[in-house]
Amino acid sequence: MSLRSPLGRVLGLGTAKDGTGHWWGQRVSGIAMAMLGLWFAISLATMPGYSHADAVAFIGPLPNPVLLILLCVTMAYHSNLGVQVVIEDYVHSHGLKLASLIVSRFAHIVFAVVGVFAILKIGIGA
Amino acid sequence: MTNDDRPLSPHISIYRWPITMVTSILHRATGIAMAVGFVVFVFWLAYAASGPDAYAAFSAVMSSLFGQVLLVGWSWAFFYHLANGIRHLVWDAGFGFEKAQANASAWFVIVSSVVLTAIFWVVVS
Repeated sequence: MSLRSPLGRVLGLGTAKDGTGHWWGQRVSGIAMAMLGLWFAISLATMPGYSHADAVAFIGPLPNPVLLILLCVTMAYHSNLGVQVVIEDYVHSHGLKLASLIVSRFAHIVFAVVGVFAILKIGIGA
Repeated sequence: MTNDDRPLSPHISIYRWPITMVTSILHRATGIAMAVGFVVFVFWLAYAASGPDAYAAFSAVMSSLFGQVLLVGWSWAFFYHLANGIRHLVWDAGFGFEKAQANASAWFVIVSSVVLTAIFWVVVS
């Protein structure tokens, strides 16, 4: 016997079975960020200098561009999940909340793509 | 009729903050700070890809006192969020929930974030 109402069954509404998706995404990307972030922090601290030539010499040669792309994309993903929760917690007006969530999502994707493009431009030497 | 003398339940501005509350708020604050830092990270990459002249303008802002304060803040935010994030993962695995353990790990996270930030800047300079 199903406890669901006939209307509910017809509309096909109910759990989407992905309620823990955000939680897991945050944890797993957090573990990735711990490794990639530490690598980046150590790399930054031990760079020979901070001129344009030093930056290009760090970003360009493998495996750094691959690791930087992983870092950039993971950071955007992890940041998007975190900012999403903050917006959901503190923005109470439904319209403004929805607008903020969309702007945040778009911004994270745009900055991730710009970052990846810049890394590729230096890494491939275009 | 209003009665201003009735007792009020304690609120954040009244009682002494437990250290675990401080670490929880800081985790969120450092996360938001680094969301802004992510934008600067992308600017760094974009200016590096744009050539020496563009990079010099970025570099000038970041080496100013204002930029240096921001960079120190972001480095501390990173090490804090990293250490406290690991603390959260340990909780997720089911360990460390006793009050004494949570207080001790809170102080450990705060102290280690400051120590790691100091080590980072010693290595940089």
